[in-house]
Amino acid sequence: MTELTSNATEEKLVQELGYDDHFHEHHDGDKFQSNFITTYVFSLDHKVIARQFLITGIFWAFIAGLMSLVFRLQLGFPEEDMAWLRPFLGKWVTLSEEGVGAISPEFYYAMVTMHGTILVFFVLTAGLSGTFSNLLIPLQLGARDMASPLLNMLSYWFFFLGGLIMFLSLFLSTGPFSGGWTAYPPLSILPQASSGSGAGMTMWSLSLVMFVVSVLLGGINYISTILNLRTKGMTLWRMPLTIWTFFITAIVGLLSFPVLASAVFLVFFDRSLGTSFFLNEINIGGEALAQSGGSPILFQHLFWFLGHPEVYIIILPAMGMVSEVLSVNSRKPIFGYKAMVFSVVAIAFLSFIVWAHHMFMSGVNPFISNFFVVFTLIIAVPSAVKVFNWIATLYKGNVRLNAASMFSIGFVSMFISGGLTGIFLGNSAIDIQMHDTYFVVAHFHIVMGVAAFFGMFAGIYHWYPKMFGRHMNKLLGNIHFWGTMISAYAVFWPMHYLGIAGVPRRYYSFDVFQTFDHFDDMNKFITIAAFAVFLFQLVFVLNFFYSIWFGKKQTKKNPYGATTLEWTTPIEAIHGNWPGKIPTVQRWAYDYSKDGTDYLPQHLPKQDFESDEVH
Amino acid sequence: MVLVIVILCLVVLGIILVQIGKISELAGSIRGEEDVERQGNSTQSKLMLLFLPLFLIGCIASGLYYKNYMLGYGPHESASEHGLALDSIFHTTFVVTGVVFLLTQIALFYFAWKYKFDRKKRASFISHDNTLEIVWTAIPAITMAFLVINGLVAWNEVMADVDEGEEVMEIEAMGQQFAWLLRYPGADGKLGERDYRAISSTNPFGQVWEDRANLDDFHPSEIVLPVGKKVRVRITAKDVLHNFDIPHFRVKMDAVPGMPTYFVFTPTITTEEYRQRLKEYPEYHELEDPTDPAGPKMWEAFDYELACAELCGKGHYSMRRVVKIVEEEEYLAWLEKQNAHYTSQIKGKEGLDPYYSASIVKEETQALVTETENEKHSEDHSH
Ligand code: HEM
Ligand SMILES: [Cu+2]
Ligand SMILES: [Cu+2]
Repeated sequence: MTELTSNATEEKLVQELGYDDHFHEHHDGDKFQSNFITTYVFSLDHKVIARQFLITGIFWAFIAGLMSLVFRLQLGFPEEDMAWLRPFLGKWVTLSEEGVGAISPEFYYAMVTMHGTILVFFVLTAGLSGTFSNLLIPLQLGARDMASPLLNMLSYWFFFLGGLIMFLSLFLSTGPFSGGWTAYPPLSILPQASSGSGAGMTMWSLSLVMFVVSVLLGGINYISTILNLRTKGMTLWRMPLTIWTFFITAIVGLLSFPVLASAVFLVFFDRSLGTSFFLNEINIGGEALAQSGGSPILFQHLFWFLGHPEVYIIILPAMGMVSEVLSVNSRKPIFGYKAMVFSVVAIAFLSFIVWAHHMFMSGVNPFISNFFVVFTLIIAVPSAVKVFNWIATLYKGNVRLNAASMFSIGFVSMFISGGLTGIFLGNSAIDIQMHDTYFVVAHFHIVMGVAAFFGMFAGIYHWYPKMFGRHMNKLLGNIHFWGTMISAYAVFWPMHYLGIAGVPRRYYSFDVFQTFDHFDDMNKFITIAAFAVFLFQLVFVLNFFYSIWFGKKQTKKNPYGATTLEWTTPIEAIHGNWPGKIPTVQRWAYDYSKDGTDYLPQHLPKQDFESDEVH
Repeated sequence: MVLVIVILCLVVLGIILVQIGKISELAGSIRGEEDVERQGNSTQSKLMLLFLPLFLIGCIASGLYYKNYMLGYGPHESASEHGLALDSIFHTTFVVTGVVFLLTQIALFYFAWKYKFDRKKRASFISHDNTLEIVWTAIPAITMAFLVINGLVAWNEVMADVDEGEEVMEIEAMGQQFAWLLRYPGADGKLGERDYRAISSTNPFGQVWEDRANLDDFHPSEIVLPVGKKVRVRITAKDVLHNFDIPHFRVKMDAVPGMPTYFVFTPTITTEEYRQRLKEYPEYHELEDPTDPAGPKMWEAFDYELACAELCGKGHYSMRRVVKIVEEEEYLAWLEKQNAHYTSQIKGKEGLDPYYSASIVKEETQALVTETENEKHSEDHSH
């Protein structure tokens, strides 16, 4: 049976059954790969663009991680002298008369805001879905490239531009925007209310508009590529789950991100053109504003109409990759393939009608909340189904434990922990107590922050050979996994207790209140654990960059024995992905351990010994 | 200097890690890939099995350790009537999710260990199972329905406004950068009209003095409420969003400029009673301020606190007000001592007091005024 899946047979299959699109007879595309600039900077090749997204994402994750260390220092060790940070942070570290340095509250809030914005948008949206949609959509579908390589390139450069603007805003003398990643007005509109709401907010808005453009350009491309450029035989129901999730994610992004842009534009109008969409009866700095008659709550509706789908934009691609990695490494089909697809579609649909669960305590009519509670808790059902399916995929599998599959298992563990706390928050009655406390911080960091990062790590370790032709170091990968798993739980688990004790989020200091001031030890512990998380990420960064040049060379075209098409391309990546014909697809993506074989690749026609199996 | 050392340490650590990584790869190529893979799998699967109990024990033990600090546990039974219902829904949800948490985490890590890779084995080709899938879709659906119904019944009760004509005391809390301002209605039981344009340093709420309901309103520095009496807080904001948050009462509501919101609740435990409850627990026998051995213990120093729970700027973390729940008599005695803002700050001040001219001539014309009023009255009656 082994000859079925040997390199030579697979190659022969591509040649015999492949589809000839005469791609390599036309050389007009080659000029775009002719020099350094066109190959590595303004590249049109989806594989290069994917790596650009990834490395930019890693850069931003590093910055945002450093920021979290700064504000965790403040929370864990508020009494310590921070004067040593002055060389880096300048006036944001204030000195008392005795020369004891303290991080200023303005700066604390600016760091929290930047941390949230950068991670949600730049790292977990662009860095995650940008990287892997770009890398895998053409490779797994059997396409030469994206539908529009030009738009694809622009998508990256708009992201880059947005990032550049945000980065520059860090150096403003009035400080970067500091009103929280949710940017609720009136705080975000009025420079009188917060110094970060001056130039900082202008640059924040501009940056996000660029980002929205990037998401839309990318999304249109992903959708049209998936709909139009699938190779022969690749029906929708034969697509790997990765592609399904990228597909649904792109649709969700396309429908929701423009709403964020519109909210940002309205904020801009209020700030600069004297309109009052979000301003009403405000008296600030001893002065009654002439702008009045709007509603700050309207902004929250617009923001969360994006904001909630956004959290699924982040997590769905991670879910897709985890499904794929778990299946490959369990040597078993993903359990309930169709149920997985349907639950992704259901989650995506529902994610558009639950946004006001972020607004139970915002002053909206409590009657309206009834609907949002119902829809929100319905979302828990497809989420639970997915969890059961992942666990069932391991059941009776033959599970290879490597960094990729362990991060996938870690993902499932995190998704369970964080998803279950969503059931508390989604019930408005409980949310009265939990809203805007550390319980929410614990919830979303575990279910979205850590879980999405785990999905991303799984993807990076798994597809690293497809990006760089080498493997990452296994031992360092294992150290990275266990270190992160343990210290990430150590950071976020105790936050549940803070939240249940009533401690509000976004507090610069807890010592003003007796109620919130009993947790010094816990806050120290969390800060130390946060430093540990950061250190373990340095192990990853080291491994990542070291392996690009010195990692173990990929020797087998299909190192994991995977069924999907990306492993039929040559080790040395080329323009157009396949040197000759494009493989055609004969079966679904999950024929692992079927009828005594190890795996049956997607481009292998049905064999005589195979049983008929309905999935 | 310290920084240089830290960076150096990191660099050295990095080099060591790279070397370790390299050695592991070298050793791998000597021992042969299969061997390495088998060993790697068996080590990692053991770690999975080890992680599971440590993780679960860690979760449970830390929860027990902090139990008596958490609202709804130990001494922290809700101090408001509606809070009890909310706590009970919390507990139900906790039990349900706790069971799911244990079962799924156990299955996950156990399977990762149990079905570890073995070259001689084959995985079972199980692609789906309709019955199983229907069951595990239906069970969460039914559970969710149960939780939703309980939750919504409580929610609609808690959030309901007071009924028309219901006897209820209304006070106002206005959020501003960075403090809560408080207003009580005074003897008439009515909060007077406000106008945000009239806000000034002498008139922090922008009360419209032409509305006589304002004249007896007073601005205390603490919320003091009689136990067992329903209160409706009118929640407003002067500048940006704030959130009226009293954790011990399970009360939380945004303060929105230009759109008064409300929260209705009934305090059920006086501050003193709450202190006595805390006294029962050793956690609260520590010093409130560890640096001050002569100071009060935690239970003695306890007060209910009003906080802000919506980011409102750099002083967001500091908007503290004490909330005191007292017996009826004590409350009345406290009321006695409060002065109306109008009387103490506005009355008789030229330019501030719209009744200023009236108050000068008041003495002489008092009789006249009463007379005209009487006349008016009789006119009204004759119509
Ligand atoms: C079982 C399903 C889930 C339910 C029922 C749920 C429910 C909720 C609710 C009600 C809130 C608002 C809490 C508050 O502010 O008071 C919330 C916050 C949040 N959730 Fe979830 N959630 C679920 C899953 C997820 C997932 C899968 C993600 C992301 C991948 C996510 C990300 C977030 C984020 C980012 C926030 C906080 C946003 C902020 O205020 O800054 N949630 N969740
Ligand atoms: Cu949401
Ligand atoms: Cu605030």
